[in-house]
Amino acid sequence: MTQLASAEPALLQIESLTKSFGGFVAVDNINMDVRRGERFGLIGPNGSGKTTLVNCISGALRPNAGAVFFASEEVTQLPPSRRARQGIARSFQIPRPFRSMTVVENLLVALDFASGRAVLETASHRRDAAMSILGRMGLAAKAGVLTGTLTQVELRKMELARAMATGPKLLISDEAMAGLSTSEIDEVLDLLLSLAGDGIAIIMIEHIMQAVMRFSERVMCLDAGRIIAIGAPAEVMANARVQEAYLGT
Amino acid sequence: MPRSTLMFWFAAAVFLAAVLLMTRLIGNEYPFFAGYVILQFIVLAVAWSILGGYAGYVNFGTNAFFGIGVYTAVLLIKAFGAPLAVQIAVAAIIGSLLGFGVGLLTLRMRGIFFSIATIALAIIIETAVTNWRFLGGAAGIQLQRPPVTAPFDSYVKMLFFVQALLVVIAIATTRTIQNSRIGRGLQALRDDELAAECTGVPTLRLKLLACAISGALISAGGAPAAMYLQYANPETAFNLNYSVSVLAMSLIGGTAHWIGPVLGAILLGTTQQLLAVTISSEINVLVLGIMLVLFVIVAPKGLIGLMRQFSMRAGGQK
Repeated sequence: MTQLASAEPALLQIESLTKSFGGFVAVDNINMDVRRGERFGLIGPNGSGKTTLVNCISGALRPNAGAVFFASEEVTQLPPSRRARQGIARSFQIPRPFRSMTVVENLLVALDFASGRAVLETASHRRDAAMSILGRMGLAAKAGVLTGTLTQVELRKMELARAMATGPKLLISDEAMAGLSTSEIDEVLDLLLSLAGDGIAIIMIEHIMQAVMRFSERVMCLDAGRIIAIGAPAEVMANARVQEAYLGT
Repeated sequence: MPRSTLMFWFAAAVFLAAVLLMTRLIGNEYPFFAGYVILQFIVLAVAWSILGGYAGYVNFGTNAFFGIGVYTAVLLIKAFGAPLAVQIAVAAIIGSLLGFGVGLLTLRMRGIFFSIATIALAIIIETAVTNWRFLGGAAGIQLQRPPVTAPFDSYVKMLFFVQALLVVIAIATTRTIQNSRIGRGLQALRDDELAAECTGVPTLRLKLLACAISGALISAGGAPAAMYLQYANPETAFNLNYSVSVLAMSLIGGTAHWIGPVLGAILLGTTQQLLAVTISSEINVLVLGIMLVLFVIVAPKGLIGLMRQFSMRAGGQK
């Protein structure tokens, strides 16, 4: 705490976080923090605990030990909906749209429940807000269609748009680029960069290294639930243990 | 107030006025006796669809809530000689408490597990009532109707009007939920509960609310049945047929809009009444089953789904 006293306190702070499933320790005693507006890359081989860590941050899972602080408040035991209202938003590795709704209605759920209802008093205000987010994501033309008809990249963007509609301070993007083509990856990456430009901290989980390198100010690499490297992207990539974890000796 | 809401209340007023007029003009009691059952099923189906339709939690315990309504009325009549309005109001309160309690215990379970838990609930309550001597136990209990009050000339006609009033209350409640953010939240959690949570929807709170409101309305709809039959026994009051019929009515009508359960209840309720008179009351269940199977295959989204399909096709041909 004394270290942080002089600097601005971290937006997200994780202390000694441990999550195990039966005898398997998925996240093992992790300490980390994310600053306001920071672009944070989270990498690691499959099964290294990235998604479990994210689930503990967003509230989908409760950790066995340790604590999560967000904007200086402890949120470790709060349900995801409360965290969403405090400003933690996420997208999912496999998109989870509300299938019976149109694209704009998906965003209206967020606007109805999570973000400033006080500001957006009337239904038409909320619809305008949803449309402006969709416009920014390049989805305005799809506002009225059911999510089942969207393409993969559109679904990814819709998830980011819905997360944005909650008015987040922290956005967690869980492999939003998996399975996309090179040009689509650039599209999504540009979107994330522009969101980060608005002062939203973003944790990006990604396997596509060029994207991580281009996006992140700081990268953390997990292996078997532990942090094996954290720092500037180039440093982390050069780290022998990271290379070992990825290439598998 | 939006125009559609104005229209709704106007239609509701016309409906109630027409019902009142009917009770004055038609002398024969039988149409009211049969119509009461249909109105009752509209209340139950609409109420059921709040949790079963919007939230997607299939409640098999309609009979538990219905029976609780009946026996709340029985208890109040026997202990205090309470009037009908009090019976209904208290039944609604107890139904909502039961809904809330059951919700707390079971709403963390998804899908089939929730449904099974609600069946268990009905069995537990039925067993309790069966063993409660004061309420007549397994043999049931005879009830005496009090003299009928002012504008009505028969008790059955009054019950018919009261049930019509409950129909309006049930639909108005459901309609309000459907048009509010609660409706959107329930729809979101039906589609994907985790995604809904992460989008800020307090899913447990919404489900508890839906369960409590649904339970209150079902119990309220069941309360007048005590005076309607002038008799109550656990086997009838907690009959699983209520659950099956109500589920079938909601699904056949379609659960995307409150009009679905209304249409389903009218269609199935009328068919059942006709069959009960012309053939036998036992064949009801068979017909119900056949219709449900037919609809699941031909129109999985119910009558509403069919109508939307047709209107879309008609729109496309223009």
